[in-house]
Amino acid sequence: MTVEELSKILGLDIVAGRNGLNRQVENGYCGDLLSDVMGNAPSGCIWLTIQSHQNIVAVAMLREMAAIVIAGGFGPDKETKEKADQEGIPLLAWSDSAYDLAGKIYNLGVGGEKNNKG
Amino acid sequence: MAALKKEYHINKNDFIRAGEASIGVKNVLKSLDVDPSIIRRVAICGYEGEMNVVMHGGTGKLNIEINSTNIVLDISDNGPGMANTELAMERGYSTATDEYREMGFGAGMGLPNMEKNSDEFKIDSAVGKGTRIRMVFSLTHSKE
Repeated sequence: MTVEELSKILGLDIVAGRNGLNRQVENGYCGDLLSDVMGNAPSGCIWLTIQSHQNIVAVAMLREMAAIVIAGGFGPDKETKEKADQEGIPLLAWSDSAYDLAGKIYNLGVGGEKNNKG
Repeated sequence: MAALKKEYHINKNDFIRAGEASIGVKNVLKSLDVDPSIIRRVAICGYEGEMNVVMHGGTGKLNIEINSTNIVLDISDNGPGMANTELAMERGYSTATDEYREMGFGAGMGLPNMEKNSDEFKIDSAVGKGTRIRMVFSLTHSKE
């Protein structure tokens, strides 16, 4: 499933990085500690976080993620949006909790890393 | 292959460019067709090292050298240095400011992550003399 398809189904707001909407979502990861995300997030994942500063774009690029979702109604900084546009990393927004969204994404058949390996 | 060397500069509190050196390194390794699992480990170590310099280190540089048998990542800074590197290596130990912690840094995972993801890890630091971390990634006998 592409980032665009997933965004449409779940009603996620696309706030930046539209150039990357055709990226494939292969799995998911939730985390707000950047060392944890950097060390453990699988490539091709959609990353759910409440961090909204511009360094999340660097993490997404290094881990080759499909997209970032800023959950919990935290809006991205202006600089974060600019960076995501520049790098083509889709930046999405979700007003409810990350838990709620993770459940919905999982139910669409996007499993965690272990699930996909199994 | 002939050794390839690159140097990137890192500045304290330059949050706007933080991560760019690691992204640069990753792109170089990709262009050389290095095994993706090794690129992943180098990217993790580069990013953690780069963020440490941004948060604590004053002015620093990240050097990478790639030859036919290994990749050497050398990150050094002229920051305050550390009195006790053993303590700094402990998982969970951090001297990051509250501001950086709120941004998702300072979990005390950076240095342990770097040691875990490199094949050789060496840290040299002294108060007033800055910090230097040298990591080697084997292209022939990898950890993973």
